[in-house]
Amino acid sequence: MQMNIITVTDLVRRFGDLTAVDGVSFQVKEGEIFGFLGPNGAGKTTTINMLCTILRPTDGHATVGGHDVVRSPMSVRRNIGIIFQDPSLDDKLTARENLDFHARIYGVPSSERAGRIQDVLEMVELDGRMNDLVRVFSGGMKRRLEIARGLIHHPRVLFLDEPTLGLDPQTRRHIWEYLLDLRKEKGVTLFLTTHYMEEAENCDRIAIIDNGKIIAVDTPVGLKDGVGGDVITLHSENSEELAAQINSRYEVEATATNGSVSFSTEDGEEFIPRLFRDLSTEIGSVNLRRPTLEDVFVQMTGRAIREEEADNTDRMRQHARAWRSRR
Amino acid sequence: MQELKDQELNDKMMEAVIRTAVGAHTIWKRELIRFWRDRSRAIGAFVQPTLYLFVLGTGLGAFFRSGGAEGDYIQFIFAGVIAMSLLFTSIFSAVSIVWDREFGFLKEVLVAPIPRASIAIGKAFGGATVATLQGTLILIYAPFVGISLNIITVPAIILVMFIISFAITSLGVVVAARMRSLEGFQVIMNFIVMPLFFLSGALFPISNLPPWLSGLVRLDPLTYGVDALRNLTGGVSGALAPVYPIWLDVGAVTLFGAMMITSAVWLFNRQE
Repeated sequence: MQMNIITVTDLVRRFGDLTAVDGVSFQVKEGEIFGFLGPNGAGKTTTINMLCTILRPTDGHATVGGHDVVRSPMSVRRNIGIIFQDPSLDDKLTARENLDFHARIYGVPSSERAGRIQDVLEMVELDGRMNDLVRVFSGGMKRRLEIARGLIHHPRVLFLDEPTLGLDPQTRRHIWEYLLDLRKEKGVTLFLTTHYMEEAENCDRIAIIDNGKIIAVDTPVGLKDGVGGDVITLHSENSEELAAQINSRYEVEATATNGSVSFSTEDGEEFIPRLFRDLSTEIGSVNLRRPTLEDVFVQMTGRAIREEEADNTDRMRQHARAWRSRR
Repeated sequence: MQELKDQELNDKMMEAVIRTAVGAHTIWKRELIRFWRDRSRAIGAFVQPTLYLFVLGTGLGAFFRSGGAEGDYIQFIFAGVIAMSLLFTSIFSAVSIVWDREFGFLKEVLVAPIPRASIAIGKAFGGATVATLQGTLILIYAPFVGISLNIITVPAIILVMFIISFAITSLGVVVAARMRSLEGFQVIMNFIVMPLFFLSGALFPISNLPPWLSGLVRLDPLTYGVDALRNLTGGVSGALAPVYPIWLDVGAVTLFGAMMITSAVWLFNRQE
């Protein structure tokens, strides 16, 4: 039986009158890749910050590696590595100096420091750039260096907050190769947040989070099976009207978003000809595919993950700012 | 049973102390690496004191002599110029915390398994070391302005420079602990650094001032730092001579430093 390395029970965090995390509960097994999927401002970073002992929960409990995040934060910190959303390297130091700094403050014995620095740099293929200033590194190299740094004290859990945000697709794939290798070779548990669907597909299990609440936890396959059958997307000028028509005529649940209507059905190939025979509303184009995690999100929340992004981020920032200035 | 608990508590205390020391040492080391890497800045920071010492020192010195003052103004201002260098370097080091916050590095330190106190202590020692190095450079000018140093005064001056720098860096850390952006930097310069400098008696003797100014001068912790240095560099007498005994100077600066580092540690402990 696999042990739970993270247990979270009714965790709540409020900033003034905004409830960023609203009573979430879940468990992560040792050696698992566990993803938090949701739009920006859904409470992903706030949750990760509480698990990393950066933020104190307003209510509820959480343990990481058997240590309570409020009662023994130092024990939690020793057992985790963190890769933040924003870069946190000193770019006036070399790669080696950044790692040495980290190894020291995490209490890695001096006899092991040089060896471990070499190991982790080899893992992310930066050993040849050890003595270069971080300032000259590209975005992808900095990210790799941060992953290496997060591993140097042999953590049991590695937290990654939007690990590939702002990186190009090729670099993103590259980073994922490292992460998957890492799990295979070292058995490190990975806990990550993302709003990229492709990234979430790499996880063993995903928690879908929206407005501070977890709405589903399952494997990617399990979540997609929940959508049921094929996904049909229709583009039309009158998307609202079209959705209403479809809903009244067939036994499906169609939702209209941004000029398109999507719904799922068991036998997509046969459904489309029927649809075109029956409907009078003009349809611009039609698309049939297997369900993705995006569809899961749309079905569960009634909207797409990306469209609200800007709004939510702004709202969160404003609240955080207002809350800070009040203190 | 009670003994066992005491033992456990003792161990925990010991561990916290060790972790604080390790953390502070690591942060101190980083400050030194950065200082060494930025040697050009150290040289740049050397220009201003040089101008004050030789241009202002000589220019105003000529005027003072015509007024009939005893001793030489350039020897008087020597201690003041060292203090100026310590002041600027220390504050600059401390304010780099705001840079670290802005560029994300502070987060890496804040989530590490080291007590928060070690951040403040490491910064204070780091800034103090860097400022002392910068101040020591100025001692090279001593023979050129007629100040004679010896094997006893040089280590004493370096020690006093370290105490002054430690106190000022700690003050800087207190200010930087709550600063979220670099926009506040100019405010610090105008409201803290310049008053500290001008009221310290670095540039003029403080013995015959009107009461309002004399009171402000006595409140300025740097006054005692400058006076301590002047006690050690010597070469001046009469109206230009140091005002307080050196034990009082060093005592006042040490007390101020202790207050500041305590506040800095407290502020960092409270930070979320």
